[in-house]
Amino acid sequence: MQELLTFTIIGLSTGAIYAVVASGLVVTYTTSGIFNLAHGATGMLSAFTYWQLRFDWDLPAPLALFITLFILCPLFGIVTERFVMRGLQGTTEVVRLSVTVALFAFMIGLANWIWPNDASREAFLKFYEGNSISIGGFNVSWHRLITFGCAVVVAIILRIVLYKTRMGVAMRAVVDDRNLTELNGGRPDRVSMFAWGISASLAGLAGILLAGDQQLNIEPLVLLVINAYAAAIIGRLKSLPLTFLGAGLLGLLDAYYLMVSDESWFPQTAFGFSLSGVRSALPTIVLFIALLARPQSRLRVGTTKLREENRVPEWRTAIMGAVALVVVVVGISGMLTRSNTLLLLNGFTFAMVTLSLVPLTGYAGQMSLAPLTFAGLGAIAMSKLPGNGNLVTLVVAIVIVAIVGAIVALPALRLSGIYLALATAAFAVMVSKIVFNQRQTFQTGNITVPVLRIPFVTIDTPRARLILASVCFAILGLIVVAVRRSRLGRRLVALKDSPAAAATLGMSLTRTKLAAFAISAGIAACAGALAGDKVSPQQYEFTQSLPIVLLAVVGGVGSVAGALFGGLLLGGNSVLATIVPTVKNLTKIGPGTVGITLGRNPQGAAAQIGDSFRPLIEQPRLIAISAAGAFGIWALDAADVISHWSFFVASVVWILAVSPNLPALTAAAPGRRVMAGAWLAVGMAIATGVDWSSALDATGKRIILIIGLVALFGVGAQRVVENSPRVHTASPDLAGLDTDFSREDIELAEQKIGVVL
Amino acid sequence: MSTPPILELRNVRAGYGSIDVLHGVNLSIGRGEVVALLGPNGAGKSTTIKVISGLLRPSAGHLIVAGRDVTGASASALARAGLCTIPEGRGIFPNLTVRENLLMATFSGHKMSDIEERTYARFPRLGERRTQLAGTMSGGEQQMLSLARALATDPAILLLDELSMGLAPLIVAELYAQVAAIAAEGVSVLVVEQFARTVLGVADTAVLLAHGTVRMAGKASEIGDDVLAGAYLGS
Repeated sequence: MQELLTFTIIGLSTGAIYAVVASGLVVTYTTSGIFNLAHGATGMLSAFTYWQLRFDWDLPAPLALFITLFILCPLFGIVTERFVMRGLQGTTEVVRLSVTVALFAFMIGLANWIWPNDASREAFLKFYEGNSISIGGFNVSWHRLITFGCAVVVAIILRIVLYKTRMGVAMRAVVDDRNLTELNGGRPDRVSMFAWGISASLAGLAGILLAGDQQLNIEPLVLLVINAYAAAIIGRLKSLPLTFLGAGLLGLLDAYYLMVSDESWFPQTAFGFSLSGVRSALPTIVLFIALLARPQSRLRVGTTKLREENRVPEWRTAIMGAVALVVVVVGISGMLTRSNTLLLLNGFTFAMVTLSLVPLTGYAGQMSLAPLTFAGLGAIAMSKLPGNGNLVTLVVAIVIVAIVGAIVALPALRLSGIYLALATAAFAVMVSKIVFNQRQTFQTGNITVPVLRIPFVTIDTPRARLILASVCFAILGLIVVAVRRSRLGRRLVALKDSPAAAATLGMSLTRTKLAAFAISAGIAACAGALAGDKVSPQQYEFTQSLPIVLLAVVGGVGSVAGALFGGLLLGGNSVLATIVPTVKNLTKIGPGTVGITLGRNPQGAAAQIGDSFRPLIEQPRLIAISAAGAFGIWALDAADVISHWSFFVASVVWILAVSPNLPALTAAAPGRRVMAGAWLAVGMAIATGVDWSSALDATGKRIILIIGLVALFGVGAQRVVENSPRVHTASPDLAGLDTDFSREDIELAEQKIGVVL
Repeated sequence: MSTPPILELRNVRAGYGSIDVLHGVNLSIGRGEVVALLGPNGAGKSTTIKVISGLLRPSAGHLIVAGRDVTGASASALARAGLCTIPEGRGIFPNLTVRENLLMATFSGHKMSDIEERTYARFPRLGERRTQLAGTMSGGEQQMLSLARALATDPAILLLDELSMGLAPLIVAELYAQVAAIAAEGVSVLVVEQFARTVLGVADTAVLLAHGTVRMAGKASEIGDDVLAGAYLGS
């Protein structure tokens, strides 16, 4: 009986922390419709800030608390709302969630940078460390009582703020109808800022309480938020009382599980599998169940105006791209050092995992936060199945994981949007806590995935593996393009555009979703199965999946090129960190910083870059010139006329500065053509003619040089040719209504609807 | 007209994205005048209301209130300055109680106690339901609640967008009686309505909008059925 009381108190104080975290999540979600994955990271930063003020600079606790919770946290929340979240109105849920992932990555990078892991730093003490009182014979620390008290105070304050003050009522009004709030004279932007400020303070409070209870470490503090998701979902992301109830239950469940798991009758294994990971997975299991118990959301009718649009990939472009990719990789792989080859290989692995999100997220609009989990399953299957990595083993591994993907999707089918994303997050955590730590999977912490064996070819060097990876990416990319161009592809896009319309046309949403999940899981599994090296379960954890999702969206999740771009960017981030040591710390916050700008360009970077190449692709003659030029530069290097670095500089300038300008160049007036052409020729001469491996001594300087050359010559030439008169672009919608049709209007309209021959 | 109009649109162009809806609308409302804005589907009536209320920024032209150019002012600033807009559909917050809905009206600068007193005096039924969630009331009661904001906050200009939408004729008549009462207090009103007949009885002036331009403006009593039929059916 006394034991029960003890564990009840422990459970309630854990629940109190969950409650404070979850209420912050609910406050921002209801007022701005953004589910803040970075909420836990905010708490983590706040705990570190408090530690800095209180234990490193020895400020008195009340002052340190005041500064952290009432000045810095609200300020942080307000800045986040003003400069990051406000730009996200009208974007899809995928983009919104990715931006919070970016924020998450940014904050972790920042914390790693400012407070590098240092065992000798001052300890983070509990409030009134060492003091406790006896309740029913059990010593309860003051810290636990304070934690519990904080949750009660937060509950009361939130209740008063939301229901008794005009600001609080306005916060709820914004949820109902943003425009109407404005028409009443309220200022929704200010209301959102207020909500984000409160939310950041709540995260901060929870972070400080938790850091006192456990340790000041980045990971557990950040992941705290995942446990709190369950409480927030029990509260349906809007009801605070239910959220608090859920948090309490979660805390108690955890404590009681801890209590009974020591008993002799409690099973330690089931069917030969260890149950040791179940406790840490408990909140995610609750999350999964809570999500499934949600009433099914009604299909939304009416068009959602999206800021993103993606073209249907053309076979010609896709095949040309695939061939070019392999040719380029074969060409440059001979010049790379071993370590750079491995880094690029790593980039291609990421790119394949990122590609798995294209059909699922990009086409079908279903968000998954677990791509690496499927890759991990693929790696396990490849190493455990007989055949030692031959092609049949690969295919079987892919099929098995694809089936697993479909099975996992089955219960999650009724979910969509943020709820689906959370369900996949729960799945990812469950798998890494329960499946990946089994004797049968990663028995020693590491397993070796065999290199793929293909008849007549031996793949033993890193270079060969890199080429294999590029070929595999090209093949998978073509498969994805084939899917998009097929009947299934149209169904996937229909599922994204309007589930209601698709359902009324008689399309089975269930089957379409299952197919999307199976394809995605299969592609991810292929990436995992091709690892060809030692892998550890840490590589496939949920937190590792987040940057992939982020960079998929940054690159442009709607296209294969976007996946390649995103994946290489993620791999390249570590490339940059090794070759430019001076900016190493900056690269820690790199991916986050890139993602935060998404609000401005939700289609992704690849689409933007692709747009500048589009006129080029439409003219075979110019493609030939472009390819010939690139080959020529390569040939110069292969013949040892120029150094590797000069090759690199020259080809980047050729591809990024000269090629996109070719169409405008040929179309420009003769005088301008000569001027711009000469300018570009000077740029190429500088890039090729100087031996950059001896002229500059550091890689960092060379990278800056490349950026400078591209900007100077590429943008310079563009300026010259673009001064020619612009094409008349009236809106085709109005032609004939406002003014008479002109020949140009007809051409423009034909071009827009794609009937140009 | 001796006094300057309370509200004026000069050559306003506006639209959504690349699609223009208003192609140079000119409109003026005198002090205490009730103007009916009529027109078929897609004529740009609701867009005009959005521009005046500040929800949509015109791409060209000027919005002038009481002689001052306020083009580009935010909706909330205009609302606080005395412009009351009852938008299309139900102008209420369904998940707030009746009382909380009225609390939102206090952004106009009026005291909550005054607003409650005036509202419950005019619509006793809302007084009985003050703690009920607004979304659970009947359509007519919801529309009363949205009109209550206009009644209680004493606006300079009232914009009404499709007040009758989805309501029984009897309730529509009752609501327009309230609009007439508001107008009698000297409030300038712009009413958008598809059912031209319901509104012409209340209005002094009528403006006919088609394809994003003003086709006709004149005394409400002079607008005949033939003119309306021509505009709605295309002449």
